Amino acid sequence: MSKWLNLRSGLGLALVAAVLIALPFVAGMGGQAWVRILNFAILYAFLALGLNIVVGFAGLLDLGYIAFYAVGAYTWALLASPHFGIHLPFWAILPIGAVLACVAGATLGAPTLKLRGDYLAIVTLGFGEIVRIFMNNLNAPINITNGAQGITMIDPVVVGQFKFSATSTIFGMTVTGPQKYYFLLVLLALFVILVNFRLQHSRIGRAWQAIREDEIAAKAIGINTRNVKLLAFAMGASFGGIAGGIFAAMQGFVSPESFSLIESIMILAMVVLGGMGHIPGVILGAVLLTVLPEALRYAVVPAQKALFGEVLADPESLRMLIFGLALILVMRFRPAGLWPSPERRRELAEKAR
Amino acid sequence: MDILLQQIINGLVQGAIYAMVALGYTMVYGIMGLINFAHGEVVMIGTLVAITVITLLVGAGVPPAMAGACGVVAAAAVCMIIGWSLERVAYRPLRNAQRLAPLITAIGCSIVLQNVAMMVWGRNYMTFPPLIAKTQFEIAGASFTSVQVLILLVASVSMGGLLFLVYRTKLGMAMRATAQNPAVAGLMGVNANRVISSAFVVGSALGAVAGVMVGTYYEIAHYQMGFMLGLKAFTAAVLGGIGNLAGAMAGGLLLGLIEALGAGYIGDLTGGFLGSHYQDIFAFAVLIVVLMFRPSGLFGEKTGDRA
Repeated sequence: MSKWLNLRSGLGLALVAAVLIALPFVAGMGGQAWVRILNFAILYAFLALGLNIVVGFAGLLDLGYIAFYAVGAYTWALLASPHFGIHLPFWAILPIGAVLACVAGATLGAPTLKLRGDYLAIVTLGFGEIVRIFMNNLNAPINITNGAQGITMIDPVVVGQFKFSATSTIFGMTVTGPQKYYFLLVLLALFVILVNFRLQHSRIGRAWQAIREDEIAAKAIGINTRNVKLLAFAMGASFGGIAGGIFAAMQGFVSPESFSLIESIMILAMVVLGGMGHIPGVILGAVLLTVLPEALRYAVVPAQKALFGEVLADPESLRMLIFGLALILVMRFRPAGLWPSPERRRELAEKAR
Repeated sequence: MDILLQQIINGLVQGAIYAMVALGYTMVYGIMGLINFAHGEVVMIGTLVAITVITLLVGAGVPPAMAGACGVVAAAAVCMIIGWSLERVAYRPLRNAQRLAPLITAIGCSIVLQNVAMMVWGRNYMTFPPLIAKTQFEIAGASFTSVQVLILLVASVSMGGLLFLVYRTKLGMAMRATAQNPAVAGLMGVNANRVISSAFVVGSALGAVAGVMVGTYYEIAHYQMGFMLGLKAFTAAVLGGIGNLAGAMAGGLLLGLIEALGAGYIGDLTGGFLGSHYQDIFAFAVLIVVLMFRPSGLFGEKTGDRA
């Protein structure tokens, strides 16, 4: 612990903390929309770190991760909305959502233990689609998910009398709903970062790494590959479940549309683009891939007007086009990700030699 | 009984389309071990190019069948160029990078292609002009159209052509050699880069033909149509055992049949609890069950424990 206590890292931590606290108020000056974008960046960082356990640590390519997010979101939506008339408090729902997502993760993991690489990818992808299709269609004959319309008027996070959705004054400062959620999300993100760091160098983390590098060798040195792989799926999934719950509460609305395959792919892109298996890299990837499309949304129309004097191309597709190009270019010039782990960089350097 | 036959016919036609697209995935996978995630978008572009060319020619007074042939050729040409460039831009620079890097560039390409298509063709649904007169035939109470016959015919000819290319020509031999062992194939004088490029080009051409088939069958096209089609075709390729040509064909047909029969009978099977909108679940559920018992697909070779 002593290395945490020296002056330099203490100052660094204080600086990071100050920036994290100031950020929502700075963003709030540009409008609450920016605070919301910030919140989504953190939420996606949370999700990406959950997926990082499965893909980055254990090396299992999961293209259906959004399904667990959906399970968490729908758990919250069904247990805290007028849809069934149930209004449980958040400390009851979040664990339920996490456990349900965890069960879903194990359910997906169990039949896919024997599969490798790309076969695993397509099965997880299929699983994600199955979950989405069920959510889309489970409104008949018994209305469970309300189908494609989704569930509205979901309760926000409420602690005692403190509502996260409303604006209130704390110590003489006006704090808006999104800004409150920001702090909640930062706390959750710190939690998942801590778990990730502790896992990485734990016995389980090393077992995952061994499986990632060579499953047969891992088996030979006595790792119970079945249990350890299932654990990776289950843990990654439960983080997805927690994130889903917060998403439902923050939006107040869930529909199957939010849980399409492209979302899974985006989260995977965050992990790979940032630097697979490297925690700071994954966070960077998540923040960049969330903020970039939003920033482009504000930039493409003025930029076109400045360059050509008029709006030539449809801004929505132009922004996605630039986004796609950015994905290609980053991978092209930094194939190991923007911020790969030092070990990974060393391995790649050795391979190149 | 006639319903069963009807569903089998519909399933075969849909399956032939899946198989044609699946071949594009499986050829690239067989040689490079990579999923070409942008292949669905290539098919979509093929359909849209064909629509433009055919509409123009028909408008100029060319007979529809002629215009259709020109449309197929134009679509194939454009798709071959796209397939070739995809390989150059997204895959070749990353051949020695980590395994997931090309996946991300492929997703990037897929986003780019989709949005370029949207800028060029707009976001509305487009109608595909009819190529041949749609005559109905009837056998044992099941009806099918001339369009369906044409699709099956073209699909068989193209697949036969592909098999000829792969098993009877020098290029095909080079492809098979590279798929088995790129290093040794290189020592034998095979130009691996050329072989890989040609796999992309041939796969894209098949995709273009498939795109025209989709257009004539459903008479409608859209810039987002490539995604689900690509997904299903990829599922078909994996079902048959990815990297295996016969597997992709069988997987495609099988998937088409499963979907058609599933959609037709799921209501009866579950006592009306699940309706035909669960059709997509059938495809994925069968895939998961098959892979549980045969982890490398129906016809996939046992790759042993290579990651």
